[in-house]
Amino acid sequence: MKLFKTLAVSAAVALASTSGAATAGTLEDVKARGELNCIVTTGVAGFAAPNDAGRWEGFDVDFCRATAAAVLGDANKVKFVPTTGKTRFTALNAGEGDILYRNTTITMSRDADLKLTFLGVNYYDGQGFMVPKALGVTSAKQLDGASVCIQTGTTTELNLADYFRANNMSYEPVTIETNEEGQVNYLAGRCDVYTTDASGLASTRGSFDNPNAHIILPEIISKEPLGPAVRQGDDAWADTTRWVLNVLIEAEELGITSGNVKQHASKAGNNPSINRIAGTEGSYGEMIGLDKQWAVRAISAVGNYGEIFERNIGVNTPLGLARGLNAQWTDGGILYAAPAR
Amino acid sequence: MSSAIEEGKTYEPGTYPDLPPPASTVGIIGWVRENLLSSTANIVLTILAAYLIWVVVPPSLNWLFFNAVFEGASRDECRAVMNEAGVKGACWAFIGHRFELFVYGFYPEAERWRVNVSFFLMLAALVPILYDKTPQRGRMMIGSAIAPFVIGWLLIGGLGLEPVPTDKFGGIMLTLVIGVTGIVGSLPLGIALALGRASHLPALRMVCVVFIEFIRGVPLITLLFVASTMLNYFLPPGTTFDLLLRVLIMVTLFASAYLAEVVRGGLQAIPKGQQEAADSMGLKYWQSMRLIILPQALKISIPGIVNTFIGLYKDSTLVIIIGMFDPIGVGRASLADTKWQGLSTEVYVFVAIFFFISCIAMARYSLYLEKKLHTGH
Repeated sequence: MKLFKTLAVSAAVALASTSGAATAGTLEDVKARGELNCIVTTGVAGFAAPNDAGRWEGFDVDFCRATAAAVLGDANKVKFVPTTGKTRFTALNAGEGDILYRNTTITMSRDADLKLTFLGVNYYDGQGFMVPKALGVTSAKQLDGASVCIQTGTTTELNLADYFRANNMSYEPVTIETNEEGQVNYLAGRCDVYTTDASGLASTRGSFDNPNAHIILPEIISKEPLGPAVRQGDDAWADTTRWVLNVLIEAEELGITSGNVKQHASKAGNNPSINRIAGTEGSYGEMIGLDKQWAVRAISAVGNYGEIFERNIGVNTPLGLARGLNAQWTDGGILYAAPAR
Repeated sequence: MSSAIEEGKTYEPGTYPDLPPPASTVGIIGWVRENLLSSTANIVLTILAAYLIWVVVPPSLNWLFFNAVFEGASRDECRAVMNEAGVKGACWAFIGHRFELFVYGFYPEAERWRVNVSFFLMLAALVPILYDKTPQRGRMMIGSAIAPFVIGWLLIGGLGLEPVPTDKFGGIMLTLVIGVTGIVGSLPLGIALALGRASHLPALRMVCVVFIEFIRGVPLITLLFVASTMLNYFLPPGTTFDLLLRVLIMVTLFASAYLAEVVRGGLQAIPKGQQEAADSMGLKYWQSMRLIILPQALKISIPGIVNTFIGLYKDSTLVIIIGMFDPIGVGRASLADTKWQGLSTEVYVFVAIFFFISCIAMARYSLYLEKKLHTGH
């Protein structure tokens, strides 16, 4: 009995001290390590995937690199930790990564129950349906009894159940692990419908031999604000990373690009908002544990939000996504970053 | 030669010259009649099989080779070439562009020679172990014993070499690292566990039984998951130890539990008289095990052991769950590249060929070993 007690006590101590270590300064840990551990997907087209040479590329990947550039001064000092939909939060909470950029929908339960701190939205998405044209379906309301390919461990799974229940319809789930698997199953006819975020549907459809044989139904059945997250309980690190995201979005609004950011940084201009980001006015970097040039490094490494978007998922890429909701608020979108001041 | 028969001549019994067998029972015709057309049922089966081959093989060959595209920078280029010819085939350009990723994973390009050297070192180290007629086998064995350390140093670096973190390991190289380490580590451990389970010492037996039953009662995927994420909760703060090392340990433990049971089966097949004979010769426990029991038990267990090894080798693909990229992981991640999206068949065919070659090699070697050790009783 005594042995068990001793064991239990030492386990409790170990646990307590582990969580203690996790709360003590991720920023310092990252700086000391000289490398940012960024949790990404095992591969989602346009968002994160290794290229032919094995270098990670994509929308989420660029935000990781921007964070590394701001914190460590080098956009290449990132270790990418690939995770599946099911393992991502465990990996973050277990300390395998410092930050999670993995097209993750912000939800109340993830925020509160899974003990995450979300930093903001980097992509506004929504769940849609794709069906073969031959099926003759024109609305999601006609999908009663359909078999649906659905990724496990995602919010899309829950949205699907909600939507069908609310409309008194039934469906037969065909569960899959990755987007790529869904594509194969859908093309092989093992499910009538493929559902995932609209951005994913567009890219999947774009890769088909005959994209015109498939249609994306007009209904968008959910809000999917995708955003980065860090572990709960380290507010300083959350601040640092949140403002990297905000400043990339604001940079686009202010017209700061990877091309002209150095110029802005070399001499203070007339626009105080630009000066604050370029580090020529105030000491905003110090507030988040970094130096004056933090935003300049981030922007010159990967560009502003618009540049990141166009390079990875924009209309000129195979994904061909329009800005839509993800345009700046000044351009009719809902991208509205808090000002760096 | 007196094989020629003279027309009209009669022969005494017993002096008739040897004749060649009738043409219809030898050569290709004979073989076909014997094996394919010997009965009605056989004829029906032959026709069915021929039809199946006709249906399956030519389209597969067309897809694999004749209509396939080997050059191109993206899937669209592949598609353009095929559309022009009006055919459908594989787009091997994809695998070609990604080949190095498939082989080396994320290992830094400038350091890849180290992987190559390690590979040949491994082959060289395996020769004296696998082939008992190697010249100077004793001395070569010493080399084989040192080789794993040299290979470890080459792959990980340090001591004058650029260090490469193990999260850069990937692709075929990762499969080999996990597979070979697992196999080499689990064999001695498995034998020890089997002996422990058959031991007369209750405490030792208990420990071995609990270990084996626990590991066999838990899926490998759970062990890997525990290794990758849960371990951090239990270890004292500040200690991180390498993810690959954790995986290697888990895979080795997992395989050793299965091996232990295979070897135990072999041990039980040895007649009791063998042990008693060894005892009566005055051999100590280890002597009798090493000289009498184990050589016979292991020989019986070869098919089971190789079975476990092949299973372990293929199970290494599960590491994708914890974010390590084996060839399948590399393939899946490659499919997320917008340039190559949707070419999953090519990826899986390629990976299947790789695993088939490795596994068939292991299986053939085990057959060779069985034949060599066959003592005819």
